[in-house]
Amino acid sequence: MDELLGEFIAETRETLGPLVGEVVAWEAAPGDRARLDAIFRFVHTVKGSCGFLDLPRLERLSHAAEGALAEVREGRRTPDGVLVSAVLAIIDRIGEMVEALDAGEAFPEGGDDALILALEPGQDHPVSTAHAHAHAPAPAAAPAPAVARAAARSIRLPVDLLDRMMGGVSDLVLARNELSRRLRDAGHAGHVDAAFERLSGCIAEMREAITRTRMQRIENLFSALPRMVRDLGHELGKPVSLLVEGEDVELDREMIEMIRDPLTHIVRNAVDHGLESAEERARAGKPATGALRVTARQAGNQILIDIADDGRGVDSDRLVAKAVAAGILTVAEAQALPEARKLSLMFEPGLSTASAVTAISGRGVGMDIVRANIERIGGVVELASRPRVGTRLTLRVPLTLTIIPALTITAGGQDFALPRAAIDEIVRVSPKGARLEHVGDATVAVIRDRRLPVLALGEVLGLGGGDGGHPSTLVVLRPSGGQPFALGVDMVHDHEELVIKPAAPAVMATGLYAGTTLPDSGRPMLLLDPGGIAAVGGVALDIGAVAAPVAEGPVEETIRTLLFRDLDGADRAVRLGMVERIEDVPGDAVRLSGGRVRLAHKGRIIPVLGRDVPTDGRKLRVLMMSDGAAELAYAIAEVTDIVHLGRDIVPTALPGPVAGVVLVDGRQVELLDPHWLFATVLDARAPAERPLCLLLDGADRWTREVLRPLVESAGYRVALEGEADPAEARVIIAGSERAAPDGLPAPVVRLREHPERHGADDRTIYRYDREGLMAALRAGTGA
Amino acid sequence: MIETMDQLYLIARVAGQRVAFPSAEIDSVVEIEAITPVPRGPRHIAGLAALRSRVLTVISAEAALGLDAPPPDPATVHHAAVVTCEGHLYGVIVEEVEDVVTISGAVQPLRSGFGSGWARVALGMMEYEGEALLLLGTAALVAGPLASAA
Repeated sequence: MDELLGEFIAETRETLGPLVGEVVAWEAAPGDRARLDAIFRFVHTVKGSCGFLDLPRLERLSHAAEGALAEVREGRRTPDGVLVSAVLAIIDRIGEMVEALDAGEAFPEGGDDALILALEPGQDHPVSTAHAHAHAPAPAAAPAPAVARAAARSIRLPVDLLDRMMGGVSDLVLARNELSRRLRDAGHAGHVDAAFERLSGCIAEMREAITRTRMQRIENLFSALPRMVRDLGHELGKPVSLLVEGEDVELDREMIEMIRDPLTHIVRNAVDHGLESAEERARAGKPATGALRVTARQAGNQILIDIADDGRGVDSDRLVAKAVAAGILTVAEAQALPEARKLSLMFEPGLSTASAVTAISGRGVGMDIVRANIERIGGVVELASRPRVGTRLTLRVPLTLTIIPALTITAGGQDFALPRAAIDEIVRVSPKGARLEHVGDATVAVIRDRRLPVLALGEVLGLGGGDGGHPSTLVVLRPSGGQPFALGVDMVHDHEELVIKPAAPAVMATGLYAGTTLPDSGRPMLLLDPGGIAAVGGVALDIGAVAAPVAEGPVEETIRTLLFRDLDGADRAVRLGMVERIEDVPGDAVRLSGGRVRLAHKGRIIPVLGRDVPTDGRKLRVLMMSDGAAELAYAIAEVTDIVHLGRDIVPTALPGPVAGVVLVDGRQVELLDPHWLFATVLDARAPAERPLCLLLDGADRWTREVLRPLVESAGYRVALEGEADPAEARVIIAGSERAAPDGLPAPVVRLREHPERHGADDRTIYRYDREGLMAALRAGTGA
Repeated sequence: MIETMDQLYLIARVAGQRVAFPSAEIDSVVEIEAITPVPRGPRHIAGLAALRSRVLTVISAEAALGLDAPPPDPATVHHAAVVTCEGHLYGVIVEEVEDVVTISGAVQPLRSGFGSGWARVALGMMEYEGEALLLLGTAALVAGPLASAA
């Protein structure tokens, strides 16, 4: 409350100076409407503030002056010297009382009645200000302002000055950047660098501080509301519950100042006129306590402040009747007026629906001032009302003038800023990110399970450049109230806090931009308006068709994948689409024959693949897979999970049972290659086509993982020792360390681990001697 | 006819013409470089440039006159007359700035024979150093040729 009082004092004092001049000028030219309005607004504002600051004397004085001036405004009274003197006397008294308030002194009682009486029409004696003072006790008549004023705890600064400070800091940053470039060119010197770093730090800190001085949480504006509403409710005998939301929305200081008065007026109006009395509410079947809700939120590039009550709503017919009575509308015009326009009559100067003028808010002042103030800062006031249900006023204030978090991007060779509030996500066009589809002329992005229309920013802006149809990065935008879409850009840079200024009208008229900003580079940048881009780019058109969720079928971004622990203990994965069933099969159904493990299952014989599949009669858990025609079973230890995997697979260098490696929760998991699996199985069914190579050291990793693919690529099918009958083998490969098995029917190729031969009769082949190895294998295949 | 006595004028060259601007309309004359284009903006908006810490909307005087001239090269240095119009800061690109001079005498109405672009922007004619100068209004330049297109 102290803070509010301090603000009221400072504000009143500030306005008073020029105002006295206005009154005198108004006396000289009584027809000057602008002057009259200025004086009227002053007393009205003082009255309003006094109401909730509990300053009844000030309120009474200002209410009286307001009443007299309202009569002049409505043309029922002509201003004369007597009236002007009386108004001046009241303004003087307001000034004195405010000074006394500031000094914490009690203002002497009495004297008010005479001043108020002097306002009455038909006063014979001009009441001079001196005369008025004479009625007041001497000490208070002319308090010495310089002495009476208490030391201020805060100072009021013109925003202009803050702007200049901000400008100065921006210049400082630019100078710093240039210095940094020069230093780089000149080569580094340790002590200079350190000093420069410190300078940079100081500048950054200062910039931050000055930026903050311009920003205020809207809380500062809202904090006055509860007390004001409570006091108003008491005064009017209306219980009111107030709900305030969104106090953490930040607004430019200047904006807060501009919104303060309009918001005060609207809230007062809502309590005074919007909400019914408790009895009336009871008759209407509403709870006795009226509900008032004030919320702030940032929506796209605007701040929205809603003031909603559950009162009686605006009586639009009465508004129209008043407008006709006031000569604003003809009867014919009134009849043709659409409902929405009727409501907007509320903003016409001099109209008020309240049938009784009250001390709170009632002369139809306010709403026209509200609209004027909001429009002056580029905002809009919207009014929605339903009879007997309530009224909602929305102040839409532009983001411009505020500091907003933004994303800087490049398209068509130019940098732009996007308001971060409108950004859903940023996705790279890549196998794991987003996929692009071309539907006729349109491009559609498939991101996980949704499809979004794509606009290439370079094309929308007519910049060309980049790769219009194939942008590398998509920024998914959700313009306020609009459909989401993906904006294709060439590059995404930084998240930055940018000070946004309104752009010139001709630039705004393009509908594509929300303002301009001057980033640290010193080159102006345009802030894009996502809604405008959607409109210009034509997203709003057949949005329903393209924004539909992804249909069944080939369109699938992630791979549903079954994770399992393999028999060798490794974590492996297989596409779930390949797996028909997971079954436990009895051990006696599994047989090793002809180098293959096979499973007798439901009247069919199904080949079994896997790592070291046990054939000792143990029960086996298998994944039953099908390619639509052929079936196979893959023996596993256990199923661990089913996950959605991206398409980011690191392929293995050589063909084999593993197609590649994927990351699952940071672990590398081998993904089985279904093609290879089935090829193996089908190949095994036609053993005659490919000669068999038997690898004797199947337990050796090198043999399995390095040698095997090489042998296979040479045209063999491969069996490890024990998997196939050696009699079938065309070639047998064994390590040199191993004692040569006797009586093998096929030529044996022996490999040694070290390049050097052991003596002249060493027939072994060094295992990385690809040429020698291939030659030996070719001999076997007859190639 | 606009009566003027001993007023200050900025003499400059625009589209090959020697012209005068009322110097009261000009904040300053600056050199600007590094113009940021405004894609899809009107043709006479050459782009944005930084004037210290403020953003200047750069106007191509030639395009504003409806002349078929190539847009100003964003990368080269241009002379621009800085004007404030409805709270916004503009830089009107001129080819050359000569001087600020005092011209006494009346502004004459524009003779016929000028293109519509010149006629729209010119406030009138005045005599200086025995030469007839067109007096241009900056507001019309800033507004651009939209009015004539309508």
